Amino acid sequence: MLEISSNIENIFYLLSATLFIIGLKRLASPATARNGNRLASIGMLIAIIITIVKYTNTNFEWIILGFIIGGILGLALSRYVQMTAMPQLVAIFNAFGGGASAIVAIYTIMYPKEPITGIFTLASIAFATVVGSVTFTGSFIAFGKLQGIISSRPILLPLRNYLNLILLTTIIVFAIALSIPNLSSIYFLYILIGLSLIIGILIVIPIGGADMPVVVALLNSYSGIAGAGAGFVLNNPVLIISGSLVGASGLILTRIMTKAMNRSLANVMLGGVGAEEGSTKSSSDENRAVNSLNTEDAAMILGYAESVIFVPGYGLAVAQAQHQINELANLLKDKGTNVKYAIHPVAGRMPGHMNVLLAEANVPYDELKDLDEINSEFVRTDVAVVVGANDVTNPTARTDSSSPIYGMPILNVDKAKTVIVLKRSMASGFAGVENELFFLEKTNMLFGDAKDSIEGMTREIRNLD
Amino acid sequence: MDLLPLIIIFVLSLFIGYEVITKVPPTLHTPLMSGSNAISGIVIVGAIIIASNSNGIISTILSVFAVILATINVVGGFMVTDRMLAMFKKSKNKE
Repeated sequence: MLEISSNIENIFYLLSATLFIIGLKRLASPATARNGNRLASIGMLIAIIITIVKYTNTNFEWIILGFIIGGILGLALSRYVQMTAMPQLVAIFNAFGGGASAIVAIYTIMYPKEPITGIFTLASIAFATVVGSVTFTGSFIAFGKLQGIISSRPILLPLRNYLNLILLTTIIVFAIALSIPNLSSIYFLYILIGLSLIIGILIVIPIGGADMPVVVALLNSYSGIAGAGAGFVLNNPVLIISGSLVGASGLILTRIMTKAMNRSLANVMLGGVGAEEGSTKSSSDENRAVNSLNTEDAAMILGYAESVIFVPGYGLAVAQAQHQINELANLLKDKGTNVKYAIHPVAGRMPGHMNVLLAEANVPYDELKDLDEINSEFVRTDVAVVVGANDVTNPTARTDSSSPIYGMPILNVDKAKTVIVLKRSMASGFAGVENELFFLEKTNMLFGDAKDSIEGMTREIRNLD
Repeated sequence: MDLLPLIIIFVLSLFIGYEVITKVPPTLHTPLMSGSNAISGIVIVGAIIIASNSNGIISTILSVFAVILATINVVGGFMVTDRMLAMFKKSKNKE
């Protein structure tokens, strides 16, 4: 421990915060993003060093031990996780961040240097404890659902919304009680911890697997807000700045996701969507005719196209066909075809997930186009190839105001001159709505496993010349 | 620090966060989540401060546990973000 004035300390914290902001700013382009992430990590290192130098008196060896254990675990997790498992990883990191913030707040009131009497400090402790604990258990449940440890189907308790409302009200009452200096008691804190851990479980458990991206983004925001709360507890500006940056980021992503899914946040959080056992809506006109074709025909269409747009959905990742699609795309590009990818915001299991999965398969990022960029291009495109995507290509969302997906932003695949849909069967998508795209005259269904179909097409195209 | 400056910092940071994050393209939203997640690991600072003051077996365990959690968050978050961003490549022959 060195004598460092809080002015000098805060100047270093300002430097850290500046590096975080520049780092996030550099995420505006894939070309600068890696450098930005490194700048942010340097900012973190600066904050850690100045904190140790100023505060650590005893227990240095314990803190180093914590670094070593946490560092090894963090390194192992980041190194060995599959890219498809990224949502789970972010969920579990959220849990750790939220948990750490809660512990900081809890510790401060349990082992105070001098009794805490300020109403604002007490309120901050209550806030960080509640948000941190909710993030902790909520993220663990989200992790469990994404990992398949817990059923991804919504688990619905009777009267759950009333139960949650009662719990929430009780939490607010005890949080206020903890904050009033004359009333405050350590037992209120224990009650708050317990109830917050429980409500964290209860709010995530009724949410269906397909809505998990929204939940993970929201919990990401919570973990930041909990950190900012811990900053108010410790009067530490760098915690407040960084926490609010992350809080804002999580909220923006949450909004983007709910918009792309055509849902309100309230609708997602009340849960239960996808609870019914499979959707059977399409039974009425089971026998509507679709054009079906084989890989040879599909290869013929693709081989003579001048422009092709691939529309990948999560089915592509499930079939592990990213590398095959890149191989096919490269083959087409060598023949002079213009190839692009249209990525819907909910194509993966978290925001931007599909882009990472395709980047892993060496698809160049400048060929990955988002909704706004690509939608005007379908009209000028010879062939659109839909792989493992369904609801996000359904033109009903534009035209039929009675459809549950009406108003949802979709990829205008139906505007392309020819459409090839790779699909296992005619089963409807998550929304349980029949996809009108499949019945269009210009649409050709290529049934079968996506990986096999793509490999088949690649082979046939090679045979063309 | 006084309360008011902290609140000013909080509010202005939210605005900066909003401005910076809305400029991140959808392609990078997953690295944004894992990267901002690593930044929220800044609570490691708080964990170090409480661990530096603890003097009892339970309080030390509690605070070192916070250090461990935050370190996983920081190290894992930055490393996995770097791993992802390394995979983003531009097309070779851009016409």
